[in-house]
Amino acid sequence: MDMNEIKEIFFQECEEQLAELESGLLRLNDGDRDPETVNAVFRAVHSIKGGAGAFGLDDLVSFAHVFETTLDCVRSNKLEPTQEVLKVMLKSADVLADLTNCARDGGSVDEARSKQLIRELEALAHGTPLPGAAEAPAAKAAPAKPAAPAKPAAPAPVAAAPNDQGFVPVAFSFDDFGGDAAAETSAMPTFEISFKPNADLYRKGNEATLLLRDLSRLGEMSILCDMDSLPSLEALNPEDAYFSWKISLRTDKGEDAIRGVFEFAEWDCELEIAELAEGEQPVAVDGEAPMQAVPFDLSILDDEPAQALGVVEEEEQIAAATALETASNVLNLASAAAKAAEAKQAPASAANAASAQQAAAAGQTIRVDLDRVDRLINLVGELVINQAMLSQSVIENDTNGTSSINMGLEELQQLTREIQDSVMAIRAQPVKPVFQRMARTVREIADITGKSVRLITEGENTEVDKTVIDKLAEPLTHMIRNAVDHGLEMPEKRIALGKNPEGTVRLTAKHRSGRIIIELADDGAGINRERVRQKAIDNDLIAADANLSDEEIDNLIFHAGFSTAEKVSDLSGRGVGMDVVKRSIQALGGRINISSKPGQGSVFTMSLPLTLAVLDGMVVTVASQTLVVPLTAIVETLQPDAASIHSFGATQRLISIRNSFCPLVDVGRILNFRATQANPVEGVALLVESEGGGQRALMVDAIQGQRQVVIKSLEANYTHVPGIAAATILGDGRVALILDVDAVVAASRGQPLRLESALAAVG
Amino acid sequence: MTTLANTMTSGARELIAFRIGDQEFCVDIMSVREIRGWTPATQMPHTPSYMLGVINLRGAVLPIVDLAARLGMNPAEPTVRHVIIVAQSGHTIVGLLVEAVSDILSVTNDNIQPTPDVSSDFERTFARGVLAIEKRMICLIELDAVFPHTESEAA
Repeated sequence: MDMNEIKEIFFQECEEQLAELESGLLRLNDGDRDPETVNAVFRAVHSIKGGAGAFGLDDLVSFAHVFETTLDCVRSNKLEPTQEVLKVMLKSADVLADLTNCARDGGSVDEARSKQLIRELEALAHGTPLPGAAEAPAAKAAPAKPAAPAKPAAPAPVAAAPNDQGFVPVAFSFDDFGGDAAAETSAMPTFEISFKPNADLYRKGNEATLLLRDLSRLGEMSILCDMDSLPSLEALNPEDAYFSWKISLRTDKGEDAIRGVFEFAEWDCELEIAELAEGEQPVAVDGEAPMQAVPFDLSILDDEPAQALGVVEEEEQIAAATALETASNVLNLASAAAKAAEAKQAPASAANAASAQQAAAAGQTIRVDLDRVDRLINLVGELVINQAMLSQSVIENDTNGTSSINMGLEELQQLTREIQDSVMAIRAQPVKPVFQRMARTVREIADITGKSVRLITEGENTEVDKTVIDKLAEPLTHMIRNAVDHGLEMPEKRIALGKNPEGTVRLTAKHRSGRIIIELADDGAGINRERVRQKAIDNDLIAADANLSDEEIDNLIFHAGFSTAEKVSDLSGRGVGMDVVKRSIQALGGRINISSKPGQGSVFTMSLPLTLAVLDGMVVTVASQTLVVPLTAIVETLQPDAASIHSFGATQRLISIRNSFCPLVDVGRILNFRATQANPVEGVALLVESEGGGQRALMVDAIQGQRQVVIKSLEANYTHVPGIAAATILGDGRVALILDVDAVVAASRGQPLRLESALAAVG
Repeated sequence: MTTLANTMTSGARELIAFRIGDQEFCVDIMSVREIRGWTPATQMPHTPSYMLGVINLRGAVLPIVDLAARLGMNPAEPTVRHVIIVAQSGHTIVGLLVEAVSDILSVTNDNIQPTPDVSSDFERTFARGVLAIEKRMICLIELDAVFPHTESEAA
């Protein structure tokens, strides 16, 4: 595996982390205050930072670092995740995604934007006072400095330490910037605490690390682990306690608060608390010189040991301070040893349980090349056809219908169905990533338009074929932009109307009868029918005196070149609007509808096939050829009687359907399958709605039935055939062509299908 | 035809010979994927008359060219005795309807004579050379030229 491959994996993981990050932030935004959510968000940024460090992506590292620092403040309950804070964070997540994309594909990011966000993030990290820390305002003014040691370095080796690296007291710092502040905290009393847990402490389910963490919340803390009593590995009893800690804590909370931390552990440990006189040196082990205090990341207390190790290793790459390295070694040992001691006593500590749960929820996945999946899908498609052919030939040749072959075939049929469904499910993916992209779109547009918008997504885990998902993003982005830009009113106007100033856009996905329904609802002004109508008249789309129903007016917005935006903005309203959306939805074999209530908003409903590989079709016969007509195009089918057929001019014929006249199109003639027009009374009319609007009745000879067909490309081995969208293979093994309804309707309007090539005449 | 002759490197090669009417043709064996019996094809609208339609080749849609019509001879009337030569050029596969496969020839490029200088451009478009084997005359066909997607160039 070369470097590029590893890098590619890193970027793939980045994508997952970014998705995790965004969904976590959104959950926080919705009021979720679960510490595990904050942790997940923190971990996501941290992993990106760590990986980026390994690949030398400095921009990414520095931004992620600032972001992480601010997140850490939230995690340590120092910063309340208010809406304003989360807004900055969500924007930062966007920039982080941009930076990641940049690092992968090249290109540049909006530097001004990321710098601005870095400033905002830093302000947040510094802006909130530390609990009980009087120096907070001073810290705010102090320039940001990564990982600055608070005390002059004076490392002293201790015999028990590995690699001859000295034990150093570790300052518990709330963020990486607070280092300089230490000097200003001398006003607060310093306590020296000696804490030596007995084995009983662990046996009763207490955890030294958690106690130390609680202690760290009281103020600024330096900590020293004494491992002198640690025996050699052979003599070690994993259930016994060997470590003791000497802690120097600078706090204004007083001795009682410190005792409070150890309230439940007091009987199972040796605890000494002494207040140091001002100016006195903090704790020193065995009379040795005071050692360098190193700030360290609280996160390692929350994570399982393996992760803590990773955290520390990543820290090493980023912070050049060698002191940190020393500290991390100590910490690794300390936390690992604590875990070892705890392992039997409390096998499922809270943190472990949480991460285990998370792992279980995520399930196991593997990455598979899409080509392999597609190949499998093709093969299964062939298997299904083969099985159908086999059944058919057995039925034809078998005189007694109860043979065991028939039973076996039925089982085979069920199995192949099941295999087909399972294989299709491999390509199915939740719509979540697309929905998350929409969240970003909403934020950006809300920013530009100055509107306040809340996006609510439902049914994110609804699954649909990957190709559908890929092609869904563009029309959906367009619609969201429209909804926010045109649909929602400005906050002042909303207040005036008695609405919540914050507009709501609701994006919903659900399965219904073998299709996926995606709904986009806004609670804005709804469609201004007067304006739409006027615009349509101005653009010659309808006659000035046309009598249109509300629904028909609403649907006018899907016409090409229609935009009601009063001013053309960057966002939408360039005249290519909903017609593009409608066309791309139709290209996916879907339909789109709109319903709107003035003053209450609009709802766009899209119905899409679950996969592009299969299609619901009506199998029909035209001039002894079998054709498939996509079911989505068909409005209704009817059997015309002689009375409803009216000749119109020399060749045209109309059919009257409920008192309206609809042109009759002979599919056999259009496709040149027969020389003369068929008698409509002997056939069946399929009423279809075509792209350009308007209905046509397609004449076919007979309907064979309705079935799901696997779409096969004609272009792969041949060229495009006019009037034909694609091909499929029917149960008898023969190829049937899928009708291109739009092309046939267009041809009936006098735009001829491509003429036969000149060479045909030669042949 | 000097350019064609130049592109042919000398050395042994194998050709598949087949019959259309009373003439014999051959193509390079490396471009032939398989040979199968005739099955009725599904007609396609608005296609040249030499396009017989499409058949199902194990799940793939395979266009069938009536090679006789394509070469300007009388269109074939396919029977069960006809065969389809499934040939590949680049990424596209096409089925060529011929009357029968007659031989597999091992030849060297020296055996291939340049196409005789005839007046019709049409024959020269498809022919890459001729072979004299046991008093028979076999025409080597340029496969790319008979593929339907190249018709504009061919015409």
